[in-house]
Amino acid sequence: MTDATHQNTGPMLAADGTPLKQSLARSLRRQKLRALMLIAPLLLFVMFSFIIPIASMLFRSVENGIVQEILPLTVEALQSWDENSGELPDEAVFDAFVRDMVVAVDNKTHTRLGSRLNYEETGMSSMFRRSGRKVGKLDPETDGPFKDQLIEIHDGWGDPKTWAVIKTHSPAITNGYFLNAVDMRRTPEGAEAQPEDKQILIKLFGRTLFMSLVITGSCILLAYPISYLLANLPMRVSNMLMILVLLPFWTSLLVRTSAWKVMLQQQGVINDTLVWLGLVADDARLVIINNQIGTIIAMTHILLPFMILPMYSVMQTIPPSYTRAAKSMGATNWTTFWRIYFPQSIPGIGAGSILVFILAIGYYITPEIVGGTKGVFISNRIAYHISSSLNWGLAAALGTILLAVVLLLYWCYDKIVGIDNVKLG
Amino acid sequence: MFVGAGQGNVLLGILIGGALMAGLAWLYITILDNERIARWITILGIGAIGFFFAGMTGLIVGLLVGWFFAFFIFWLYEGRYRQKLLPYMTGGQVLWHYTFRVICGAIFVFLITPILVVLPLSFNAQDFFTFTPEMLRLDPEGYSLKHYRDFFTNNEWQRSFKNSLIIAPIATVISVTLGTLAAIGLSQSHVPGRRAIMGILISPMIVPLIISATGMFFFYSDIGRFLEGTLGMDKNFVGYIKVILAHAVLGIPFVIITVTATLVGFDQSLTRAAANMGAGPVRTFFKIQMPLILPGVISGGLFAFITSFDEVVVVLFVGSASQKTLPWQMFTGLREQISPTILAVATILVVISIALLTTVELLRRRSERLRGLSPA
Repeated sequence: MTDATHQNTGPMLAADGTPLKQSLARSLRRQKLRALMLIAPLLLFVMFSFIIPIASMLFRSVENGIVQEILPLTVEALQSWDENSGELPDEAVFDAFVRDMVVAVDNKTHTRLGSRLNYEETGMSSMFRRSGRKVGKLDPETDGPFKDQLIEIHDGWGDPKTWAVIKTHSPAITNGYFLNAVDMRRTPEGAEAQPEDKQILIKLFGRTLFMSLVITGSCILLAYPISYLLANLPMRVSNMLMILVLLPFWTSLLVRTSAWKVMLQQQGVINDTLVWLGLVADDARLVIINNQIGTIIAMTHILLPFMILPMYSVMQTIPPSYTRAAKSMGATNWTTFWRIYFPQSIPGIGAGSILVFILAIGYYITPEIVGGTKGVFISNRIAYHISSSLNWGLAAALGTILLAVVLLLYWCYDKIVGIDNVKLG
Repeated sequence: MFVGAGQGNVLLGILIGGALMAGLAWLYITILDNERIARWITILGIGAIGFFFAGMTGLIVGLLVGWFFAFFIFWLYEGRYRQKLLPYMTGGQVLWHYTFRVICGAIFVFLITPILVVLPLSFNAQDFFTFTPEMLRLDPEGYSLKHYRDFFTNNEWQRSFKNSLIIAPIATVISVTLGTLAAIGLSQSHVPGRRAIMGILISPMIVPLIISATGMFFFYSDIGRFLEGTLGMDKNFVGYIKVILAHAVLGIPFVIITVTATLVGFDQSLTRAAANMGAGPVRTFFKIQMPLILPGVISGGLFAFITSFDEVVVVLFVGSASQKTLPWQMFTGLREQISPTILAVATILVVISIALLTTVELLRRRSERLRGLSPA
């Protein structure tokens, strides 16, 4: 009863004598703090092992410190040279270059610089490698002047273009990789298109988008009837049939990919069956692997569950009484479906499509195995630049562009479905 | 019908088969008038024809075909196809109903066939990826367990299997512990910036694997150099750390999603009651909260496990040859030396995934029962 008397006399007090409002605020603060403390370890972990790596990739796509780091004096000396004059730089540049190279050859870094510049101008790598040893033997103090000696060592040094390339790619931050990623290149006159025979990336981006769209489309076509059936059958039957959807979903990606390799080969199950049925002549077996068709078939199968599950969960919520009402008012079957049922199922189609599209656009394993050379995606190119050509800057730039596309799509997904509504199984 | 068709002209075969079936149907309906006998005659008759033409396989195909037609004839004749449908449906609607079922059946076949095809092929006695004539004749000679034997004795496969068994559980434990704690934190009523935090935590699932792999490749090689060079750690050990960290991050979104979903139905008054009776926060967690959300935690853990166990792209970029996992080995196998051992491994993995699927399903039901929801 003491509380009641307090209420009448002054501000409401908590058990320890502080005003209740203050006490509540403190407890709320403590609650927030506790929640954050629980989240903090994971947040730090994800930050460290995921967000920072992604950020480092973004940084790599513009980072270009290597020219400045290895040829600091040359870069400085080149500042006063006009690359559009068509003349060779003066002796000061050559002198600076030899000084830089002597250090670089000692540290064995000149080949790295060579291969970096080789991405921009073919032939630079071998030029640096071949000149390296001879230039390294020169003594910067006594052996000058160097202009003619260098041209003697390799004709390339007598070409103003070589120096223009070095000057163009000397800034520490460059847009060169991004220009390369969209089939352009950095030149003294600004950005210009790559020569025809080097323009493959835009085409590859286009193909990736086109094939992802085709895959999404065929997933919608195949998933719609299935989801409709599952949503309208009695619970017990649909749960049984759901297993047929979930089993592929749970099966290892590589198992499914190898299964498609087995199915699609020239001597594979599909071709064998067609030949046995007499639909296809033995000498005219279908070519359905190592091309775009193979990738599309296999990826449609692999991504189909991701379309069925969201569609199914939306269709489950559509009340059957609406279609019955439409029919009782005289609508035909088609009208009922098109005007009543279909509009209500659109959120499911939207959610599934974006999910499938996001997944498809970044796929690597399946195109690599069943895609041959014609059915590969942009991600295969990224992998190629990481592991074979070692042009990591370009790989990072391609990855950044792809990431931007995916984040944009994901933003749409969030607007349509919401992050919290992501469901599994 | 098609068995005959296969050898010669398709159209002719279909016509002959159709005529044969119509004749049979007329015979049964007008003369025999006894469904059970008619059914057995058809099954055994067509089975025998099949056996005569194509041996053991023919017998099985024939029996199945016979069973189907016997069923089909009476199904059509007695109008059984209308029995389960609403009586006022028009003929067109009934036809559409069954056409729709057939279309769906075809899609289900598309979904499941690739997985089923792998199973028998893994018992192939030859070193091919295709069905040999012996296999089609169901000849025991055509089958063998040699690819399984290869998997269990070959050093390469065993080492990669062992690596998978080391990496996946440790990564799972990390993501489940941290993920569950964070999910509990996230489900409290007042969390500042919940959407932003959720977005960051789920991002490993959204960002395409190839991009995660690229980023991790750059960053982890720097980390690896630091650990090896400055701290002087063993190269092999550092390799495992890198792969485990990478896999743990990839598994986290799954844990977060499943556990927060379980916590939605969690009654907070239970923890308050426990605290009221004098239990500390740790005791409350282990005695009250943990048992109730355990199904969600376990299924999240299974998701995380399968993510790591199945992951190729990241390990391909981050790991070195000594951390070669099972999927990596399969990937190189598919790209370079094609060996049916891959199919044996695939079969084993399918069996594992069936086991996991069953576990998750059972857990889901149990969790719904615990929360007092009807099994949906």
